Amino acid sequence: MAASVGVVTPQRQHFEQPLTLDSGASIGGYELVYETYGRLNAARDNAVLICHALNASHHVAGVAAGDPDNVGWWDNMIGPGKPVDTDRFFVVGVNNLGSCFGSTGPMSTHPASGRPYGPDFPVVTVEDWVRAQARLADTLGIGRFAAVMGGSLGGMQALAWSTLFPQRLAHCVAIATAPKLSAQNIAFNEVARRAIITDPDFHGGRFYERGVVPARGLQVARMIGHITYLSDDVMAERFGRTLRRHARDTALRSDYQFTFDVEFEIESYLRYQGEKFSGYFDANTYLLITRALDYFDPARAQGGDLARALAPSRCEFLLAAFTTDWRFSPERSREIVTALVENRRRVTYAEIDAPHGHDAFLLDDARYHALVAAYFERIAAGLAP
Amino acid sequence: MNARPEAIGEDVRTGRGGRAQPGGGGVHRLTAHARAANGLRPDLALIADWIEPGSRVLDLGCGDGELLDFLQREKRCHGYGVEIDDTQVLACARRGVDVIQQNIEAGLGMFAGTRFDVVVLSMAIQATHRTERVLREMSQVGREGIVSFPNFGHWYHAWSILKGRMPVSREMPYQWYDTPNLHLSTLRDFEDFLAHLGLAVRARTCLADGRPVRLLPALRSTQAIYRFGVPGPAEPAADRGRLERGVA
Repeated sequence: MAASVGVVTPQRQHFEQPLTLDSGASIGGYELVYETYGRLNAARDNAVLICHALNASHHVAGVAAGDPDNVGWWDNMIGPGKPVDTDRFFVVGVNNLGSCFGSTGPMSTHPASGRPYGPDFPVVTVEDWVRAQARLADTLGIGRFAAVMGGSLGGMQALAWSTLFPQRLAHCVAIATAPKLSAQNIAFNEVARRAIITDPDFHGGRFYERGVVPARGLQVARMIGHITYLSDDVMAERFGRTLRRHARDTALRSDYQFTFDVEFEIESYLRYQGEKFSGYFDANTYLLITRALDYFDPARAQGGDLARALAPSRCEFLLAAFTTDWRFSPERSREIVTALVENRRRVTYAEIDAPHGHDAFLLDDARYHALVAAYFERIAAGLAP
Repeated sequence: MNARPEAIGEDVRTGRGGRAQPGGGGVHRLTAHARAANGLRPDLALIADWIEPGSRVLDLGCGDGELLDFLQREKRCHGYGVEIDDTQVLACARRGVDVIQQNIEAGLGMFAGTRFDVVVLSMAIQATHRTERVLREMSQVGREGIVSFPNFGHWYHAWSILKGRMPVSREMPYQWYDTPNLHLSTLRDFEDFLAHLGLAVRARTCLADGRPVRLLPALRSTQAIYRFGVPGPAEPAADRGRLERGVA
């Protein structure tokens, strides 16, 4: 039966040797926070790396120690008896460099200045993250992952693994992802960034020292993001044009208020999501991660030829996309599949008819989970006996 | 004759049963006992016989991946199945067959960057909308094509129409109002079609209830399987006269 991995405590690993980044900058003395579930087997071939997307972290499954409400972001996927079965696989979740959940990022103290990095934290790329993850794998004694897996931006990392370290993974599992962002996608990111940067509380990224947070900017950024993660249909179904109930004048609750305050349920929902997000997410991290998304384009160095970009890969692939996902549409996944077929790589591709838009990759859809479970059966069959 | 409509009651859905959609593969049923010695559905067993070991295979409307699974295990072949139905895609994934979920009518552009030794379309051509385009694309991405389809020229169909009823048979177990089958053909029709496309027939086998039919196949076979390709310099496109002699 599917169960939880239980209470988990994050671990941290310090890296003294500087990591040279794609930007040319380098970062030394950094830390990565990670969690592991399950046991690394004697052959050390059952490790699975989970790469997170924009606002997630190393806390992939289980319940955070001392915080019973803090359930891992992919807990429905990873655990005993779940599609990624921790009774068989040793699963690693890692918080990426530049994020705000414990790994070295803009909120960390810059060793040179003694104050938070803030805007001085170097811009990182998907490939930089992957190189940092590979170093963590070294310290964990994992030479080769059974699979590297991720959704959305996490899928981009899995894809980057397949070409940066072709010998270090047997399978790449990339869900609801893209070989690069479209102009429309970059545009959404830019609106979100402008909302943050133009917030008077942003102070050029040095808001920590002033004891403020550009909360309004973060809220707007999150609201925009949220709109793009949902499908039009699911929004219509969940909220429609339903008016927010105003307790103070129940007699008029079905009528308009004729103000600019929250009037519709969708407004209330977006504001709630925005406020929640601005309470825990770092503004500089938001800028960094959306930029990493924008920059990801492995075909760029090959004159736009994705097949050539993916040629170094040696692993087998599972790709899945969701029919109502317009932010990372099936069309984008098909581009990857086409390039993999051209390279004669083993690839399975499923297009899952789910109503939830981009968010579907995090949700518990029976067809989707059955597919991932079936694919991980195949991965398990390839492990040393 | 064994292909009596009464036999339909005994039919069970094979793994390929299911959705009435081109590329879904689920457009026919076969009896559970009609299996070749190697465990394959008879038409798939014949198709497998025609495929060289180590071939790169593209199986359009691959259903539950039965053919590719066999080819991978027994003949060291590799390739992809294309399937639109969710259940079938999952069945493929469960047997370790690489499947790409797509409607074959949407085009084979995903496969344009590579070449396959063989492209298979088994028991699905009759449900395609743009049949000519599908066949043309097959011959573009593959060195050879293999197509199996229900023979509409079977004597029972004519008899059924003479009696004033649309034929319902083991290979086409649908009523006229709910059939997914759009483009049914006889052997001669199909051979004309290959000739029209400039393709040469390399082999043909006709089956009735999973067993080869040599005498009067145009009338007696329920299923036909053709292997074809772009003709070489010394090879004529489908020679109708030659084939007609073989058929009649």
